[in-house]
Amino acid sequence: MSQFELDAKRLLCPLPVIRTQDKIKTLNIGDILVVTCTDPGVMQDIPAWSRINGHQVLKTESGEYEFVITIEVGE
Amino acid sequence: MSKQIKAVSLISGGLDSMLATKAIMEQGVHVEGINFFTGFCVEGHTHAIRKKDKDKPKRNNSLWVAETLGIKLHIIDIIEEYKDVLINPKHGYGANMNPCLDCKVFMVKKAKQWMEENDFDFIITGEVMGQRPMSQRRETMPIISAESGADDRLVRPLCAQSLPATLPEREGWIHRDQLFDFSGRGRKPQMALANEYGFTDYSQPAGGCCFLTDESYSKKLVDLWKARGEKEYDLDDVMLLKVGRHIRPRPNFKIIVAREDGEARFMQGYKKTYINMNCASHRGPLALIEGDASAEDLHLAAQIVARYGQGRDAELVDIAVRDIAGNESIMQVKPFGVNEMPKDWFI
Repeated sequence: MSQFELDAKRLLCPLPVIRTQDKIKTLNIGDILVVTCTDPGVMQDIPAWSRINGHQVLKTESGEYEFVITIEVGE
Repeated sequence: MSKQIKAVSLISGGLDSMLATKAIMEQGVHVEGINFFTGFCVEGHTHAIRKKDKDKPKRNNSLWVAETLGIKLHIIDIIEEYKDVLINPKHGYGANMNPCLDCKVFMVKKAKQWMEENDFDFIITGEVMGQRPMSQRRETMPIISAESGADDRLVRPLCAQSLPATLPEREGWIHRDQLFDFSGRGRKPQMALANEYGFTDYSQPAGGCCFLTDESYSKKLVDLWKARGEKEYDLDDVMLLKVGRHIRPRPNFKIIVAREDGEARFMQGYKKTYINMNCASHRGPLALIEGDASAEDLHLAAQIVARYGQGRDAELVDIAVRDIAGNESIMQVKPFGVNEMPKDWFI
């Protein structure tokens, strides 16, 4: 299991979701991806995308300007 | 054991594609969704940018539809490839800069490519005959099937009974009598079907999902192309056309003035790309200068920006002007009066 980071700041949805999707395609089951974004819409969209595609959101963190989502890659 | 039939469905986030997908799922077909991001999609962006929309749910409707249906959704970035569709539409534009027919052909073509790469059997769309003036007419539906190359592997469940039988129907993968014959712009049949399926919450029916169908947005895009002398754009252009007041006092430059805090926050991200200014002596909006502006042009721009700040009635105001390296200078200007700006400056 390895941890990876993805910078999706300044991107508006659905681009952070697309970048997350494309990054996860390159990872292995059990890997952890930490995505940092500035669009508050990701707090809905990335968990929704993760749920329907079999990945697990481990943690979401909301700051004033940044939103960080930690995902464990599923099957 | 018989092979599991699989279909890929174009999910826009609206009701029609949701119903079309459900109708095929009900027949035991494995369905996955596909959603194409052109850059012009209304989804998300403006809700995220504009504070006035803060009470609207910031959900992406295509993801929400997929989750409601319990299917996977693949979101595909087609921003670059879509440029050729928009710039050179074979079938022309609709009422605004919307190349709806070419767009549909392109998306079905991309779906066909995805279908082949992923060993799926057919494609689903939520088209309804007669619903849209350009892409959803009896005479244009065969064009979409033929030019996309999807041919009879393209199934439109909501109006299939009014169209020739497709391969999945002929092969018995799906049953024609469990498809529909909806037509026209009326929404009652769709709403009744939604009710039957138990869908009580869905995106506004028949709502536009593309900024290119918007008259104001299209005017700004045409203005951008005219000013540049060529039909070119990048993603930042697409985004910035969605925010602010766009004012072109001279052909060589325009000013984008934030209308509220949400837009100003979004535009902050472009301060290293564009000369920008805001009122330093009074509260006022951030503005970006797009184009090649001279010192005289910047003075004119500052007068315009001053007009939108709280110093609009002052004799003189200080405007802070920053270049893309962040070097700041102060310009003292007299704000334009409400009636001093010609209407044709506003794009």
